[in-house]
Amino acid sequence: MSRGSLLLKMELRSNPEMLCVVRNALGELAAKLGFSEPECRAVVLAVDEALTNIIRHAYLGDPEQSIEASFRRIHVLRDGKSEDALEILLEDSGATANPEKMCGRALEDVRPGGLGLHFIRKSMDTVEFSHSNGRNQLRLVKILHGQTTQKGS
Amino acid sequence: MQIAARHLDKITIFDISGDIDLATSPQLRKALLRELRELKMPRVVLNLGAVRYIDSSGVASLVEGLKASRDVGSRFILFGLNKTIREVLQLSKLVRIFEIYENEEQSVAP
Repeated sequence: MSRGSLLLKMELRSNPEMLCVVRNALGELAAKLGFSEPECRAVVLAVDEALTNIIRHAYLGDPEQSIEASFRRIHVLRDGKSEDALEILLEDSGATANPEKMCGRALEDVRPGGLGLHFIRKSMDTVEFSHSNGRNQLRLVKILHGQTTQKGS
Repeated sequence: MQIAARHLDKITIFDISGDIDLATSPQLRKALLRELRELKMPRVVLNLGAVRYIDSSGVASLVEGLKASRDVGSRFILFGLNKTIREVLQLSKLVRIFEIYENEEQSVAP
């Protein structure tokens, strides 16, 4: 997998009012990359939910903290073919979540809350959490279906 | 997000527009719980026709409204769901728990 080309980078405050700004920018970006309308909605939903989790759980609702979001076009190898994809990295310096507790909840359990991670996993092809140097990083990848590139191109 | 309430006999109809997300869902939750828990309206209807976006916090507010309606024996009805809202409710697998109609006429019918 190559590191790909940077398309957009944002540093935003952990204020819920910023969510609509990110959604609007990302929706435009995903459409320009060639994602279908349902795929654009899926990517926007996943990032909105991920940012919501950072605001609520990493920063405990403090609206003055910093979140970095970067968006790259990358190539991923799948079944021996190189495919175009959108890679999204979200980084924060808040409390680190325990991956073992980040399992969402059973959907049969009808109650408010706990749906965000389920939405993220259903919407993206890759969801990876990591932590280094005091920072949390969430890596999301959405493959651009129908945009296969020649290996090595 | 904007919420406007209308009253039709013993029915409250909320006309909701814009985005329901972490920033705005507390306002929706508060309006729903007031109508159901405090005013005990027998039927609360949400017109979602002008809602552009809903996330998990918005879905959570709808679930809270539904639970409150069950607690007080009211009906909690949604109508005017566009593709975006249907997708999110289907993704949550909660679409089957709500009473959903196509339009206002069906939602306020006796």
